[in-house]
Amino acid sequence: MAVTPPPVVLAARGLTRQYPGVRALDGVDLTLRAGEIHALLGENGAGKSTLINLLTGAQPRDGGTITMDGVEIDPDGPGGAVKAGIAAVYQEITLLPNLTVAQNLYLGREPTRWGLVHRSRMNQEGAALLRRFGLTIDASRPLSDFSTAVQQLIAIARAVDLSAKVLILDEPTASLDTAEVQTLFTLLRSLRDQGLAIVFVTHFLDQVYALTDRITVLRNGRLVGERRTADLPRLDLVAMMLGKTPTAESHLSRRPAAGIPAGAPLVRAEGLGRRRLVGAFDAELHAGAVLGAAGLLGSGRTETAMLLFGVETADQGQLVVDGKAVTLRSPRDAIRLGFGFCPEDRKLDGIVAGLSIRENIVLALQAKRGWWRRLSTAQQHELADRYIKLLDIRTPDAEKPIQLLSGGNQQKALLARWLATEPRLLILDEPTRGIDVGAHAEIVRLLENLRDRGMALYVISSEIEEVAAYSDRVLVMRDRAPAGLLEGDSITPAAIVNAIAADHHTRGAA
Amino acid sequence: MGRFVTTRTLPLLATVVVFVLIYAVCAAQYPAMLGLRVMGNLLTDNAFLGILAVGMTVVVVAGGIDLSVGAVMGLTTVALARLIEGAGLPPALAFALVLALGGLFGAGVGAAIHYLKAPAFIVTLTAMFLARGCALLISTDSIPIHNAAYDTLAATALALPGGGRLTLVAGIMLLTFLAGGILLHGTRFGARVFALGGNAHFAQLMGINTGRTTILVHAFCSLMAALAGIVFSLYTRSGYALTGTGVELDAIAAVVIGGTLLTGGVGGVAGSFIGVLIQGLILTWITFDGTLSSWWTKIAIGALLFLFIAVQRLILVASARYGRSGAGPAAPNTPNQATSAPASRPSSGAAAPSAS
Repeated sequence: MAVTPPPVVLAARGLTRQYPGVRALDGVDLTLRAGEIHALLGENGAGKSTLINLLTGAQPRDGGTITMDGVEIDPDGPGGAVKAGIAAVYQEITLLPNLTVAQNLYLGREPTRWGLVHRSRMNQEGAALLRRFGLTIDASRPLSDFSTAVQQLIAIARAVDLSAKVLILDEPTASLDTAEVQTLFTLLRSLRDQGLAIVFVTHFLDQVYALTDRITVLRNGRLVGERRTADLPRLDLVAMMLGKTPTAESHLSRRPAAGIPAGAPLVRAEGLGRRRLVGAFDAELHAGAVLGAAGLLGSGRTETAMLLFGVETADQGQLVVDGKAVTLRSPRDAIRLGFGFCPEDRKLDGIVAGLSIRENIVLALQAKRGWWRRLSTAQQHELADRYIKLLDIRTPDAEKPIQLLSGGNQQKALLARWLATEPRLLILDEPTRGIDVGAHAEIVRLLENLRDRGMALYVISSEIEEVAAYSDRVLVMRDRAPAGLLEGDSITPAAIVNAIAADHHTRGAA
Repeated sequence: MGRFVTTRTLPLLATVVVFVLIYAVCAAQYPAMLGLRVMGNLLTDNAFLGILAVGMTVVVVAGGIDLSVGAVMGLTTVALARLIEGAGLPPALAFALVLALGGLFGAGVGAAIHYLKAPAFIVTLTAMFLARGCALLISTDSIPIHNAAYDTLAATALALPGGGRLTLVAGIMLLTFLAGGILLHGTRFGARVFALGGNAHFAQLMGINTGRTTILVHAFCSLMAALAGIVFSLYTRSGYALTGTGVELDAIAAVVIGGTLLTGGVGGVAGSFIGVLIQGLILTWITFDGTLSSWWTKIAIGALLFLFIAVQRLILVASARYGRSGAGPAAPNTPNQATSAPASRPSSGAAAPSAS
């Protein structure tokens, strides 16, 4: 290793982006050096995508500066970013399948002769360009003839050929197999050695250690830190991603239930699983107790909830409710059994943005009753007002469109929707995701309240400290399979991080 | 399968086969239809439709639609008649004027679609009402054009062997197809049109100015509609506000029969040319028959359209099931074809067949 670090190519300082109700990015710095591969890591909602969008100009920024080779730049769209030397390649290939490979490579800058596109020269130059990237293919064939892996290499070739100095790769390995990942890594190493600065976003930690030189970790829209990959043990990395910094004192004291209530559990999963979704797992859910689920993104933690709520049908094991084996074919079956589910992505699966708070709250109860037994307007108002008061949803009135609320209040309204159905089991996937840090503790207190009132809770979270604080048991997931079950006093943030980070078989890494 | 039989060329090949079949049936029944005389007339009678189809092909490949072309054509004929008969303008000047106005009209339509983010269907429907209303405001009667230069132009023709004539308007139509083919398949602009129709968002991410392309595409289409109006007024030597009522749908039918996908991104003008000829041929056959109502043409075109939509769907389904590659053996660097391109994207083909 050289004593002096390589020169800085891109320096972003204090990047900020405000969405209604939440600060998606809050004063984040990023420093990219020539000839280095830089991992950008964080859980969902950490701000990775927002950061990339600000760098490529896909979204305007609300604060901060970006300098390129010491000169301040202001990318105002994909065109502007490319001109400045920043190019991005996304997990979803953003090339055009209806054009040929060469047309994709040279779109908008085709070689011409007598005012017309010089097709044969374009095809030859395209093939020659791709050969430099280790691809020997006929550039005159349609892009759709080639696999995702090849299309991705073509996208990278296009990006680099557009005189990129900074290449951003957003989850490039998500849909590649092991051999394809190796090809990609070989290419990225050679591009690095040519002096490119590469940003590599992934959630495969093995790939981070196999490929990258430096790591920046984001969490809840804030910068956690930047480290040299070689100096950062895996355990510390996981701790950074999940927010357990060794120095910071826990702001939550552990307040579990008085102990697992005696008697048979309300719901018991025995070896429940589904091929290609999640491996067989066991879980016991007692009234008045919290089962936490921890794991990294892609570990299978969300998939367990999908099986428990009937979003996906299990093809192995069985589910026992009230001592009887049941099969859940759809969420309606689960609702009928008294289950409720607050999904991970509020905007996508949860809130109906255009409807009022009242309409959003009564939705699940109305669905449970059936549409022909309509809740009267008076009943709806009574219900909405009760839960707005109970959960302390901050709004002038129940008729405000839910999209105007802050993330934390949206989450409470979503919780109210399920509480209105008076569920026996409530499944929550990332209940504190995407809401301001200050509101986290409030949600946690709410969960503890529900538990104390005798509800069974299954809470999936990447906030390790929070999981450790309220859970009576913790199911740890890794690589789409259960990796351990912690109980009682053995539940500490450190123990959970250990279970998640335990060295496991390498996945697609060198 | 050979190099030329791919998912993208199959619809065009099917069109050619249908054309040859219909032509064979016609020739077997009425040998006179084989001659160049009938062919020449076919081109002359459908010159305006062919020119409209060129503009429509470009719009549809770009992922849009234009319902205003028939009305713009009608407005052009009546405006020409007024300019030449009423204002006494020389035809050349009148032509330049209506072409310029047509292009501007289309640019306005394209700008409305892009900046208002409004569906092309609604914007061009609005434009259709606007243009037709303006035409009827100018005159509700048919205005004959008495002009020596006009008569000369209308009579200009190239003699073909066998007594046929290739008229000026037919020649203009053929040249329009040639120019449209070069524009769409040979220029940077054409590549942008295909990119826009393939996926507007991705095209934008790749640095394409989608607003400018949308405006130019619609300007071109309306320009073609104005040219079709000129050709039609030469053909009838008059101007009438209700000219071209419903021909926008004939043009769309020709484009779809020609193998251009209404979802955009796949197609070409060569197919549209054959689509126009098929419609003309069916009408000619019904004329030769003499006993059938000419409205049978519409029924035949409807049946054909349905057939082509079904065939295109079947080809897409089959290509999705039996692998996407239609172009020879897979290259060594294509490990898993099944994962290429999400199935939700309708366009599995590629750049259109060459027209020239």
